[in-house]
Amino acid sequence: MKKFNPEGHTTHQFDIELNDVKHKVMNMGGLVESMVDNGLEALINLDAELGNQVSEDDHRANQFELDIDEDCTRILARRQPAASDLRLVLTIIKTISDLERIGDEAEKLGRISIKLARGQDEVPSYHKDLRHLGEHVKIMLREALDAFTRMDVEAAFRTAAKDEAIDQEYANFSRLMISHMMENPRYVSHALDMSWCARSLERIADHACNICEYVIYLVEGKDIRHANLDEMRKKLL
Amino acid sequence: MNLDQEQPQEQTIEEIVASLGDTVGEARVDNPKMTCTGVDVFYADKQAIFGVDLDIGANEVLSMIGPSGCGKSTLLRCLNRMNDTIPICKVTGQLTLDGEDIYGKQTDPVLLRARVGMVFQKPNPFPKSIYENVAYGPRLHGLSRNKADLDDIVVTSLRKAGIYNEVKDRLDQPGTGLSGGQQQRLCIARTIACSPEVILMDEPCSALDPIATAKIEELIDELRENYSIAIVTHSMQQAARVSQRTAYFHLGKLVEVGDTDTIFTNPRHELTENYITGRFG
Repeated sequence: MKKFNPEGHTTHQFDIELNDVKHKVMNMGGLVESMVDNGLEALINLDAELGNQVSEDDHRANQFELDIDEDCTRILARRQPAASDLRLVLTIIKTISDLERIGDEAEKLGRISIKLARGQDEVPSYHKDLRHLGEHVKIMLREALDAFTRMDVEAAFRTAAKDEAIDQEYANFSRLMISHMMENPRYVSHALDMSWCARSLERIADHACNICEYVIYLVEGKDIRHANLDEMRKKLL
Repeated sequence: MNLDQEQPQEQTIEEIVASLGDTVGEARVDNPKMTCTGVDVFYADKQAIFGVDLDIGANEVLSMIGPSGCGKSTLLRCLNRMNDTIPICKVTGQLTLDGEDIYGKQTDPVLLRARVGMVFQKPNPFPKSIYENVAYGPRLHGLSRNKADLDDIVVTSLRKAGIYNEVKDRLDQPGTGLSGGQQQRLCIARTIACSPEVILMDEPCSALDPIATAKIEELIDELRENYSIAIVTHSMQQAARVSQRTAYFHLGKLVEVGDTDTIFTNPRHELTENYITGRFG
């Protein structure tokens, strides 16, 4: 397996610039990870304050994206990176786009939790059924960010492979909501909200999977997007 | 510091080269114009090139990159036997043009250099008129039957080199009076005038400003339709822009060769990676 090292340039300043931008991505990753945590907690506990916090954090995530994009543009213009440096900059540009969308999805969870918490109507406890799916998505996101931080191809591959199980879990949850809707028509609106939340969690896992694919591209120089697990394995061998 | 202390023995160049392993990538192409097979070059007892196998394909631009002293210019000069003029230089192995051994006894180096032209780092027009600079080669090689023929060759060559419009009204004026970029394009016109099949370029833009460089690069792209081109350059961006294949040399060894796109996005050899990302030295 290839080793990736963003340091060791003859121009030391280039090392500093690449490391700075990489650290910003890690900070942005930390922020959206906490947004997903908080969004899920806000939803399960119907905590409007925490839901608001997620919305506020989304502005910070957006600002991270703008700053990092600007840094990458500057590096491309001034350093004209090649090979692994070029792949790092491209990976970062793509990764922050996925992180920003994860932030948006977390913000949706927060928004729905505020709506539910402030609602006058009695709500059933369907939101508690999201816990299981949410915990799996959180683990997948954390592992994807760890794989990015360590530039670890094997971890990225293992994490990307979990997306199928999450898709399955999402399908199960959707079926559960449909049966709730059929059994209790007065709670259709709530069940639909929960389906949207589950959809957001499933999208977060997809974005985490994308980040894993970028890590593999960065380290191995192989583009494994749009491939199933077997094809990925073949490309990596 | 204790000077008497025994210093660890440094590796010789030969030992380092041996440790580099085989060339990574595909050195051969389907339609080679020139080929190098097991080429070694020595300056007296010092070996400068180690067992290079490399093809230059028909109608392709091959860029040769690597740190100073890596042997890229030495190899380039072997391709039209420019090294013959250096008495201590010895070339072994096989170099062919269209399958013919260019170091064979039947090969006339003067005729070879008409077929394999060269453009140098510093523009070096003859101290003659612009017209005479271009006409000199064809006249020497008897490529024209009369003055009209020669005029035609001069105009066509200047046009192909993208400089005709800039000099058409002053063909009788000295070539040395042109700007650096124009002089270099005049030198390219001079090379083209001999109807070469291969053009070798040794850092042709290193003395030029960005606009003149862009014009030469545009020209290289156009010339590829009719010629094979090997270019030595220290500008990685230039190699990435103009060539279809790139060869990376290190200490006289061809370390990696492959599609330019691959070399600049995902090189396989660590030394290539280090060089093109600015981690060398």
